[in-house]
Amino acid sequence: MNYNWDWGVLVREPYLEWLTSGFTWTIVVSLTAWVLAFSLGSVIGIMRTTNSNLLRRIATCYVELFRNIPLLVQMFLWYFVFPELLPQDAGMWVKRGMPMPEFTTAAICLGLYTASRVAEQVRAGINSIGQGQRNAGLAMGLTPAQVYRYVLLPVAYRIIVPPLTSEFLTIFKNSSVALTIGVLETTAQARQIEEYTFQGFEAFTAATVLYIIVTSIVMLLMRFVEGRVSIPGMISLGAK
Amino acid sequence: MIQLQDVSKWYGDFQVLDTCSTAVSKGEVVVVCGPSGSGKSTLIKCVNGLEPFQKGDITVDDVSVGDKATDLPKLRSRIGMVFQNFELFPHITVAENIKLAQLKVLNRNEAEAGQKAMQLLERVELADQADKFPAQLSGGQQQRVAIARALAMDPIAMLFDEPTSALDPEMINEVLDVMVELASDGMTMMVVTHEMGFARRVANRVIFMDEGRIEEDCSKDEFFDSQRGDRAQTFLSKILHH
Ligand SMILES: Nc1ncnc2c1ncn2[C@@H]1O[C@H](COP(=O)(O)OP(=O)(O)OP(=O)(O)O)[C@@H](O)[C@H]1O
Ligand SMILES: [Mg+2]
Repeated sequence: MNYNWDWGVLVREPYLEWLTSGFTWTIVVSLTAWVLAFSLGSVIGIMRTTNSNLLRRIATCYVELFRNIPLLVQMFLWYFVFPELLPQDAGMWVKRGMPMPEFTTAAICLGLYTASRVAEQVRAGINSIGQGQRNAGLAMGLTPAQVYRYVLLPVAYRIIVPPLTSEFLTIFKNSSVALTIGVLETTAQARQIEEYTFQGFEAFTAATVLYIIVTSIVMLLMRFVEGRVSIPGMISLGAK
Repeated sequence: MIQLQDVSKWYGDFQVLDTCSTAVSKGEVVVVCGPSGSGKSTLIKCVNGLEPFQKGDITVDDVSVGDKATDLPKLRSRIGMVFQNFELFPHITVAENIKLAQLKVLNRNEAEAGQKAMQLLERVELADQADKFPAQLSGGQQQRVAIARALAMDPIAMLFDEPTSALDPEMINEVLDVMVELASDGMTMMVVTHEMGFARRVANRVIFMDEGRIEEDCSKDEFFDSQRGDRAQTFLSKILHH
């Protein structure tokens, strides 16, 4: 194979700067999307466990809609189709007026998509707790909202730390889809370096290593979180 | 104190409770027994509105449970309930379990709630376990904490749903002892249990349920001594031979 290895390309400017900036965008898109996914996903997940038929139905529709359309398609829909559906002025603002339209669209789209997955985990966590705990809370005079706040959610979130970790990891990987609407994140920058220098192996190896670093940090962080929130005397909450 | 008037309840087409009427007056201890699936748990959960019912009326201290306008959380805070599976909250300590509703429902301050918790833990002889988590206690200890947690709200009545049937035999008595003491202190109690020894010692009345109906509702002496409906007889002989 006639390939001219040149690892030096990774530390030369402007390529080093491209990678750094790409990596920063990966982190920023992912974290912004996660904040949205976690908060909205929690609300939707909780709605699916309430007694209200209407709330349950709305939440179920949300989950089915966002979980079943491929992320790439959602990205295109939000970026290309959604602005056209708005009144002209609003559409223009979404396309050009709002700050960093590509970033904003990507973060919101990824957040809404991941929210549907977080919602399913939250729902599963709450449902695994069982009616007995709910009844015990209600029986002592707590309101349904207080039962969620003090009884169900503290345990449900502990149970779902592992699946939430995996959703959190997935959001970093999925953030690469943002390149399709022009966000210059890690994968996009690696591709650009490849186009400019033909050192594709080096560029994509660097990208891979960056993703692995993020993954490892997240895993360590979550293991720490899991240790911090574990309940003395309980081997496994999920097994109940 | 507790009045049930022709209470009926259905799960879809299936009738779980069939025109149940009874009353528990202040200071009275009523034991509810009957075969599995006869509706005992459902009946007792209707009393504090954990289960809705379609017909009839239940009043507790003259407040209607079925009335839409009733502030159910407030009413429930005045009725203690103890469950078969203890239902302590696993993520907080024993003391915090007893303080939670005092703080969030009765708006007591931290010091008051803490003091009450310790006082009740002493009463159930678990003061030394205050800072442990529920999973670190035995079943019998957990159930005593659950009783203390209910008492912390200064309830006007206590409901028990098979409080000892999830316990190993050697732990049953430590829980029954607490309940006997509670009864002799004059607490109004409605107790679903198959512990006929307990019924003999402290019950004023015994209710026998079968297929959603109250088949027997009589004084303890009548229940244990006289001739009764066949099913109560058969059922009783079965559990007494255990
Ligand atoms: N959520 C529900 N949906 C449908 N049927 C139910 C539901 N809960 C209880 N039942 C049925 O109602 C009947 C009465 O149940 P309940 O739990 O009150 O019986 P029980 O007398 O307490 O029995 P056990 O001694 O086993 O606790 C049973 O036949 C049960 O299958
Ligand atoms: Mg029962």
